Amino acid sequence: MDGVNVVELTIVVVLFLVVTVMGFVASRWRRAETLMHLDEWGLGGRSFGTWITWFLLGGDLYTAYTFVAVPALMFGAGAAGFFAVPYTVVIYPLVFLVVIRLWSVSHVRGFVTPADFVRSRFDSPGLALLVALTGIVATMPYIALQLVGIEAILKAMGVEGELPLIVAFVILALYTYNSGLRAPALIAFVKDTLIYLTIIVAVIVIPSRLGGWDAIFGAAEEKFSAGTGAGVLLPATGQLGYATLALGSALALFLYPHSITGILAASNRDVLKRNMSALPLYSLALGAIALLGFMAIAAGVTPIGEDGNTIVPVLFQEMFPSWFAGIAFAAIGIGALVPAAIMSIAAANLFTRNIYKEFLKKDATPRQEAQVAKVTSLVVKVGAVAAILFIDPQFSIDLQLIGGVIILQTLPAVALGLYTRWLHRGGLIAGWFAGMAAGLLMLYNIPRLGPDGTVVREHFGGSSFALSKLGLDASSSVYAGLLALLANLVVAVLVTVALRAARVSEGVDGTADTDYTAEREDPTFRDLPDPLESAPPGAAGEARARR
Amino acid sequence: MASASRPPTGGPGGTGAAPVRSDRSPWNWLLLVPIVLPLVVPLYNRVEPTLFGWPFFYWMQLLFVGLGVLTTVLVYRATRRSPADRAAARAAVARDAGSRDGGR
Repeated sequence: MDGVNVVELTIVVVLFLVVTVMGFVASRWRRAETLMHLDEWGLGGRSFGTWITWFLLGGDLYTAYTFVAVPALMFGAGAAGFFAVPYTVVIYPLVFLVVIRLWSVSHVRGFVTPADFVRSRFDSPGLALLVALTGIVATMPYIALQLVGIEAILKAMGVEGELPLIVAFVILALYTYNSGLRAPALIAFVKDTLIYLTIIVAVIVIPSRLGGWDAIFGAAEEKFSAGTGAGVLLPATGQLGYATLALGSALALFLYPHSITGILAASNRDVLKRNMSALPLYSLALGAIALLGFMAIAAGVTPIGEDGNTIVPVLFQEMFPSWFAGIAFAAIGIGALVPAAIMSIAAANLFTRNIYKEFLKKDATPRQEAQVAKVTSLVVKVGAVAAILFIDPQFSIDLQLIGGVIILQTLPAVALGLYTRWLHRGGLIAGWFAGMAAGLLMLYNIPRLGPDGTVVREHFGGSSFALSKLGLDASSSVYAGLLALLANLVVAVLVTVALRAARVSEGVDGTADTDYTAEREDPTFRDLPDPLESAPPGAAGEARARR
Repeated sequence: MASASRPPTGGPGGTGAAPVRSDRSPWNWLLLVPIVLPLVVPLYNRVEPTLFGWPFFYWMQLLFVGLGVLTTVLVYRATRRSPADRAAARAAVARDAGSRDGGR
């Protein structure tokens, strides 16, 4: 470490202060009568138009960690790291029809979380609890990982110690506590402006300084030609893994509670449809960001210490004047705050509605509910900071890997549930356990290989599972999450058939077919102020009323 | 909003009931194109032809982003509701915003 870079640090601190002020002012923005209702605090009044939704979802889905880790992956693994692009291409047409159904049914029935929906649809608090727990467990390490992004820029600026990280998160915690979802929505404007500015400058300036794109891809080619497997193109055995990882990640993304929180905050169905066409602009940016990894190779960047995540900050430092590097760092740092805020709100919603109100205090008032949600969001963030400071960050990275695999196990209940109730609630529960067990077992048995092909770690070394381990005569590997989902679905179908044959009750559907296509102007549509006067999350009261 | 707590009857016309709609359309099949193409890796796992120094693998996948945008826009426009319906939706948004003391 050769001291702190004062110019960079000053710019980062100033921009951070601007964002902090915005975070607090956000509570007055598009103000509702009271923020003390969970829906107001947690969903921003559910009234975000096309633009705000675009910024909010963009800030939510394309996180700081992505911006740091994807180029780091390209730097280390070559073409395989580019899976982030097909992943974010496939996702929008894939969920185009699905998310609007979720939006409609949630607005008719007053659902705030995916577990609310599952509870009402399948008449099963137990299944809802599983969905809620899965969501919380998958989200926590994701929040912690946002800190890894901030840590990388702090390291690059020469700032040592853990205090700055704690300060950053305390501020984040305070303004989310104060303003709810409005804070990240407003801050996302700043974050995205800085990110796009940085990327546009980077793809123009850096290649010209490195001798053009030919030189950049040439340098990457040269680096990888020495090792095994990795390269500027995928090896024949890596293609199936690449495609399944892209598909599996795409299926998982909109099952994450923070994505669903962003979706539900949109003001109508058309806003969401338009966003499915507008959000891919971030995917283009992500493609450019991924190539920063190759630029780092061409520039001869060496990561700070052992931390591969520092290659992008170091590259910026070498290529940009200090003041612009400061802006770029602020973009990454602020980029960590937006998703971290939304994720902690989403996790808090899940806990409050599907665990606290369902199992701990059934008669909670809206005020108590909002209070619990706020406190939970604080606890979640403190937990994330603690995880990074006291436990090896590698643990969070491993957990996040697991997170993608386990969140996929809620797909049959949440996503298929939006279309059909054919799967029995008992089948869905059995499938969840099967998928979970299969997924964790596979991840446990994936070793991490070093560049020379030797085993560095025995377990949790990645998410691509070698088909040869299943006794298949193939040298390819597949994304473990998809295989686990397959196991989940097979068990769910078999158990459903068995339960049907045994005539086990499948409960009462708390939703109607017309709910799924409801539009904003329909008489059944609920706007914010009142949903919480309804009975516990969805079904109980309503199911009774329907009989 | 007393009607909100009453489940819709499913029949058309009744007050407090949601109209019966469908989100099915043959146009939706078009969405399969940008889902399937990027997953068929052998299609684009090659260097030639390069573009501005970029291997085919990289620029083709960025082109898929454009394909995704194109198809979702097309499906959105082809399956859009009538202008009268959309005006009703906008009026509902404005009405709710007004009643919340918010406004945009």
